Amino acid sequence: MRKFQWFIVVILSVLGASSGLATGNSIQIKGSDTMVNLGQAWAEAYMGKHPDAFVAVTGGGSGTGIAALLSGTCDIAESSRSIKKEEINQAKAKGITPTEFIVGLDGLAVVVNPANPVSQLTIDQLADIFAGKIKNWKEVGGRDLSIVLLSREVNSGTHVYFKEHVLRKGDAKSTVEFAPEALLMSSSQAIADEISQNTGAIGYYGMGYVNQTQKAVAVAKDNAGPYYTPTLDNVVSGQYYISRPLIFYTNGQPQGALKDIIDFVFSPEGQQIVKDTDFVPVK
Amino acid sequence: MLKRRWSAKRLKEAAIEKCIYLSGITSIVLVALIFIFLAKEGFAIFRTIGFGDFLLGSSWYPISTPAKFGILPLMAGSLLVTLGATLIAVPIGIASAVYISEVASGKIKEILKSGIELLAAIPSVVLGFIGMMTLVPWVKSTFHIPTGLTAFSGAVMLAFMATPTIVSIAEDALNAVPRRYKEAALALGSTRWQAIWRVVLPAASSGIVAAVMLGIGRVIGETMAVMMITGNAARIPDSIFQPVRTLTATIAAEMGETVRGSDHYFALFAIGIVLFIITFFINLIADLAVHHKAK
Repeated sequence: MRKFQWFIVVILSVLGASSGLATGNSIQIKGSDTMVNLGQAWAEAYMGKHPDAFVAVTGGGSGTGIAALLSGTCDIAESSRSIKKEEINQAKAKGITPTEFIVGLDGLAVVVNPANPVSQLTIDQLADIFAGKIKNWKEVGGRDLSIVLLSREVNSGTHVYFKEHVLRKGDAKSTVEFAPEALLMSSSQAIADEISQNTGAIGYYGMGYVNQTQKAVAVAKDNAGPYYTPTLDNVVSGQYYISRPLIFYTNGQPQGALKDIIDFVFSPEGQQIVKDTDFVPVK
Repeated sequence: MLKRRWSAKRLKEAAIEKCIYLSGITSIVLVALIFIFLAKEGFAIFRTIGFGDFLLGSSWYPISTPAKFGILPLMAGSLLVTLGATLIAVPIGIASAVYISEVASGKIKEILKSGIELLAAIPSVVLGFIGMMTLVPWVKSTFHIPTGLTAFSGAVMLAFMATPTIVSIAEDALNAVPRRYKEAALALGSTRWQAIWRVVLPAASSGIVAAVMLGIGRVIGETMAVMMITGNAARIPDSIFQPVRTLTATIAAEMGETVRGSDHYFALFAIGIVLFIITFFINLIADLAVHHKAK
């Protein structure tokens, strides 16, 4: 009997603790793999200023984040693509109003191994490479070496953006697809790792992920050039062609602690963090 | 007094019997429920595309408009990886089982047995990670291919996972062969090798077939490691040194994205049905092999 009482006490205290957490300042941010480091940096800075708040950030892809927002398992969905029509319909059915905040911009870097002599490509060449029409580096001025295509998984906003704006060049009617030979990698980091040890590989990801073991190629709209690299200035000025917004989705207008953190993101300090994590601030 | 104790004992026995009966029924009901759930969610895809187009279509572009849901490349990937892993794991597994049960003695036997059980306990994500760091670069440089993320790497890694299953079950089957079979063979003047090859192995054959089938079942259902090292390219491979995408990896990689109730969501469940049917048949064959022996 005593044991039983003990058990009840434990259960009650666990329940109490967890309900305390739920009503406290705990905020769940989930979604875009591109934005996970940025979200983490914001969360750390915010928690530094508000010791009583707790912000948890996880990745998984833009689609995962939006799905979590719709099922009520996160407060903010990070996304590197706009919400789809079906997702909005689904949200409506559940009484959720996704509200959009553009919190930064990202240049999408096309990366190759630093040992690869190719350092500039046009959008047309990129489209042909990723659609599998160009199969060898010598066709674009490189060595005689077959091209290994690296792409993100289909749950990635980056994958969708790249297909719509590079492979299909923004043409909504186009039906061009990634070549079936393309290796679908589970994260930007996995692509970065493969690029750094494979001289024939080409991939793409947010410019924040580029370091010395990969080389971002300069991109031009057509043969005439000029070619631009994904730098902060080129993205802000719009000269670097492959750039996109980074988005927060919340359910309705944010209130209380949630509003507080979004205000922080748009504050000079929050936008400085965007810059520090190699993305492009919006303010 | 004596009578009462006896009936209490009987009651206990009856209760245990009922419990076992209930848990048996429960597991059957659970499997049936899982299948009904899969079927309910998965068959919806066939309202959009034909059954033939699903099974035999050669492009998998689930989020495009119009989307393409052909799982032939995925099945080809799964089968190629499984076949490769089987070819590696079966000879090694059976040879190890024979060595452990017939040749090794005393301490070595114990060490090998527990070592193999330990191998089975390594989580597949860890093996996948080790494979990514060591096996993949090695495959790339040894075979001079564009990337090491291939069906071959997946097969080697999966062979690691299937071997412990095959060894431990095959070893049980070999141990179950009555000693007198071997003794009779030796008494007739056969060598030790002849006794093992001509007498013990055939006598244990049905158990060994079951071991192999269960090993294959483990390989085909494996997800994490293959997702990490096979490259995930949804095309029909024409060599084992090409990237492939398996059925399981497709479900795992894409389930996060799918909008509930969309065609893509249903298609992933339909892949689940295909996997369920494949594993069902593998288990059926293993079961038939075991019962063949019982007769």
